[in-house]
Formats: sequence, structure tokens, C-alpha cells
Amino acid sequence: MLKVVNLTKRFGGLVAVNGVDFDVEQGEVVGLLGPNGSGKSTVMNLISGALPRTLGEIDFDGQRIDGKPPHRIAKLGLSRTFQLVRLTPSLKIRDNVILPLAFGAFPVFGSEAVKRADAALEQVGLAGRGDGPVQDLNYIDQKRLELARAIVTNPKMLLLDEWMAGLNPTELRTAMDLIAGLRDSGMTILLVEHIMEAVRALCPRCIVMSAGTKIADGPTETVLADADVIEAYLGKAHV
Amino acid sequence: MKTFGILTFLVLAVGMAVLPLGIGDYGHGVLVGMMSYIVLASAWALFSGPTRYVSLATVAFFGIGAYTVAVLADHLPFGAILVVAGSIGLCVALLVGLATLRLAGIYFVIFSFGLAELVRQLITWFETSVNHTLGRYIFIEVSTAQIYWMLLGLGIITLGLRWWIGNSRLGLAVNAIGDDETVARHAGVNVTGVKLALFAVSSVLITLAGAIQAPRWTYVEPSIVFNPTISFMTLVMALLGGPGRLWGPVAGAVPLYFLFEWIATRFPDQNAIILGLVFVAIVFLVPGGLLSLIDKWRARARAAGEQAHA
Repeated sequence: MLKVVNLTKRFGGLVAVNGVDFDVEQGEVVGLLGPNGSGKSTVMNLISGALPRTLGEIDFDGQRIDGKPPHRIAKLGLSRTFQLVRLTPSLKIRDNVILPLAFGAFPVFGSEAVKRADAALEQVGLAGRGDGPVQDLNYIDQKRLELARAIVTNPKMLLLDEWMAGLNPTELRTAMDLIAGLRDSGMTILLVEHIMEAVRALCPRCIVMSAGTKIADGPTETVLADADVIEAYLGKAHV
Repeated sequence: MKTFGILTFLVLAVGMAVLPLGIGDYGHGVLVGMMSYIVLASAWALFSGPTRYVSLATVAFFGIGAYTVAVLADHLPFGAILVVAGSIGLCVALLVGLATLRLAGIYFVIFSFGLAELVRQLITWFETSVNHTLGRYIFIEVSTAQIYWMLLGLGIITLGLRWWIGNSRLGLAVNAIGDDETVARHAGVNVTGVKLALFAVSSVLITLAGAIQAPRWTYVEPSIVFNPTISFMTLVMALLGGPGRLWGPVAGAVPLYFLFEWIATRFPDQNAIILGLVFVAIVFLVPGGLLSLIDKWRARARAAGEQAHA
């Protein structure tokens, strides 16, 4: 589904992502881990087209997507959420969800779009809230709306950038169930996450980055026990 | 509700169309001025309202329209001149848009202001060094009332376009762009394309507004038709009414036009100072526009009603 080869991003003299390679198979749920500043979010931004890559190649669903603008990548069936929630407050809640439908690969607008948007809102637990303003939503509900916007087009692949950060334990439970539901429906998911409970529960496989390079890739339990990974997170004394 | 809106719009359009019948030539002039600003403010808001790209290039396109008429007046029928003027406006808008719509916020404002000055200086240079004259005379047989009706037609087209955009998926896209371009892009919106299209449509309407009323001046020169005050007035009018709403720019243009006319005749020397004060007052007192006050009053009335029931 997704193939990343020698992906590199430099910001001036800083190498944020340095020659990263990995594949994600159809239907897989993969965790992308690493300490703060290790380049995880940059990788997500490079895949979604938010940032142009410096070097390397990204293939999605058999097509080369590096160098394509984000709206083209979105139309190919790749959706994402953002590290800090990003919504469009001048649109009411339902219209936030209709937006990607109206500009998707197969544009849907009008009553059909309303139906599908309401279904997506219901799926994430916002049933009946479509007519309200975005300002009425609390933090978890904003996250829900962002997810509804990402999944309403039924994308082939979903990028979640710390989507579960900042939730309380009950909310986290709900959030994990939601992602598990998407996984069970066959969606391919790449998620950046710091909450290990969620990573262990949802991701059979993990990729770990440190200082811009990939340091581990494999089954979650093996990767988390890896000496390099522990060192990257906790320092040498703990190995 | 929708049919009610369309019906009101039709009645209003017919009412505006018969307005010149009972009054004399001075009245026609006033109506032209008012309708001109209704068109300018509405066309300005068509692009700048939802995208929040504040443009001061209004007078660049307005002047291009007027100058095209001045140059072609003796060579083509008026209708053909309007087509040429609109096409020139479109070409300039596409060129400028492609080059600048990637600029963010304040850089765009400054660029758009510079553009108006650039066009004015270019034409001044061309006229003085190539044609060796500065002014041009326009002799076209069009009555003031006819100009008013043409502007009214342009106004109806402008409002119709704004209504259509607001109800189409384009409306979702432009509002999303105004909020967060990154989100719009990741939702599949070709952000640059949408901004360029709206900027072009808005610019063509403004160019036509300038071209249609050019015959009224008889004599034009760059400092008259590229007067930056026109850009600022348009902006202030749209902001006063609320650029995000269909009727906002109209609600701002009508009272301010009459206010500025009155100021210009009563205090001709302090005109600019008072204009500046009005600008500041609007930004401070009604940041959301006049029509947003209606929402506020409604909300307050509803809250009061609920209290009364409790």
C-alpha cells in the first residue's frame, strides 16, 4: 500500500528525516514511534504532501506521490489527522465533514453528502451534532470531528498524528475502540503515538525513529525490548 | 425560505430599476455612484470575504476598465469595449494571481496596494513618453440612467454569483481556505486554483464597473481613475456591512456612500481625515460587520425570551 524509500528532509542545515525506508502492507496497522523531535511528524507531513521531500521516493497504492500536492494525494485515497487539531470553524460541524466529500476522487455534494457526513459523525460518536458550530465542541469531540473528516471518504489509508494525545482514560478507551473498528473494516493505518497502551493494543508492528533515522522495525513486543530503542528513549544507563 | 429570498431579490431589483424614472440628472449621478460602490464592495467581498485575503488592488482593475474605454472610445462600439476591458481585467488578474496568491496575509495586502500604484505609474509613463499627453477625452453617447441600469445589471450578476458560490461546494472550499489552507488542501481542495478563480471573477467584475462608468467622466487621467481612495472606500464599505455575508457589502456601501458624499461637500478639505476616522471606528465598533449585530440582537432577544419563560 505504502512504500517509502530513502526518504530525506532537510530544513536548512538540520536533517529532520535521514534516509528512512519502510513499507506498509494493505490492511496493516503500524505504529511510528520515537522520542520528541525524532522526525515522526515530519515523515507524516512528507507522506501527505504537506512538506516537499528533499530526497527519496514515496509510492502509494502503486503510484509515485512524492512531489504531488496534498490535494492530489488526498484524492488518491490517503487521509490524515493533524498533531494539533485543525478544523475549519467558519463551517458548521457537518460541513467540515462534507468538505473532503465534495472534493474527493468522486465528488459528492447535496443530500447524498449530508447523508454520508451524518453517518461518519455517528460513527465517531457525534450523532445529531451536524448543525452546530465547531466552537461548541470540547477537545475530544474536536478530535472526533477531525477523525470523521478523515474517514468520511472511505480512504485506503489513514495517517493519525498523535490522535489520542491528551485524552483522559475513559476517552482513550473510546478512541481505541474507534481505531480498532476502522482496523477491522480493513483500513490501512499508520499512526504516530506516544501512548504505549494504545500502541500495544492496536499495532502488531512498530517502526521506531530517533534523530531522523529508523532504528527499529518489527513486531511491537520485540521492537520495544530492543536495546537501541530503550537507549533512544531512556539513555544508555538503562540498557 | 429560498423562494422568499428570491422573490425579495426580484422585487428589490425591479424597485432599483425604476428608481431613475422619477428623478433628474443629478439624482441619476448619485444613483450611479451608489450602485458603483455596491458592485465594488460586493465584488471585493466575493474574493476577500471568505478567503480573508485583503486586497487593495480594487482601483487597479477599476482603472484598467476606465482606461480601456478611454483608449478605445473612438474605435469600437461601447459593448465591444466592455468585452475587451473585461478580457484585459481577466488576463491581468490571472497573471497577478498566479504570481501572488501564494503570498500569505500581510504580504498580499502590500503587494495588491503596490500593484495599483504600478499600473498607474506604467500608464502615466506610457502616456507621457509615448503619446506625449496625459489626459484622454471620452465621447460616448450613453446617458447617466443607462449607465446606472448597466451597473444595476452588474450588481445583480455579482450578488447572484455570490449567492451561487455560497450554495455550491466552492463556498465550502473558500471558507475552509480562509480558516486553514492546510486543512483545505488535505481535504482535496486545489487551493491555488480556487483562489485564482475567485480573484479572477472578482477582478473582472471590478474592471467592468470601472469601464461602464468611464463615459461619465468625459476626461480621464491616471490620477483620477487610479485614485487609491476607491480601494480604501470599497474595503471599508465591505467591512462595515460584513464581507462574509451576501448582503453585507450592500448594507455597508449604501450608508457609507451617502455619508462620504455629504462629508465631501461639507468638509472638502478634511475629507481624508474623516474617512480615516470612520475606518478606525468601524474596525473598533463593528469588527464583525453591521449584519452581525442582527445576529447578536436576535441571540439577546432569544435569551431574554427564555428568561421570561423560566
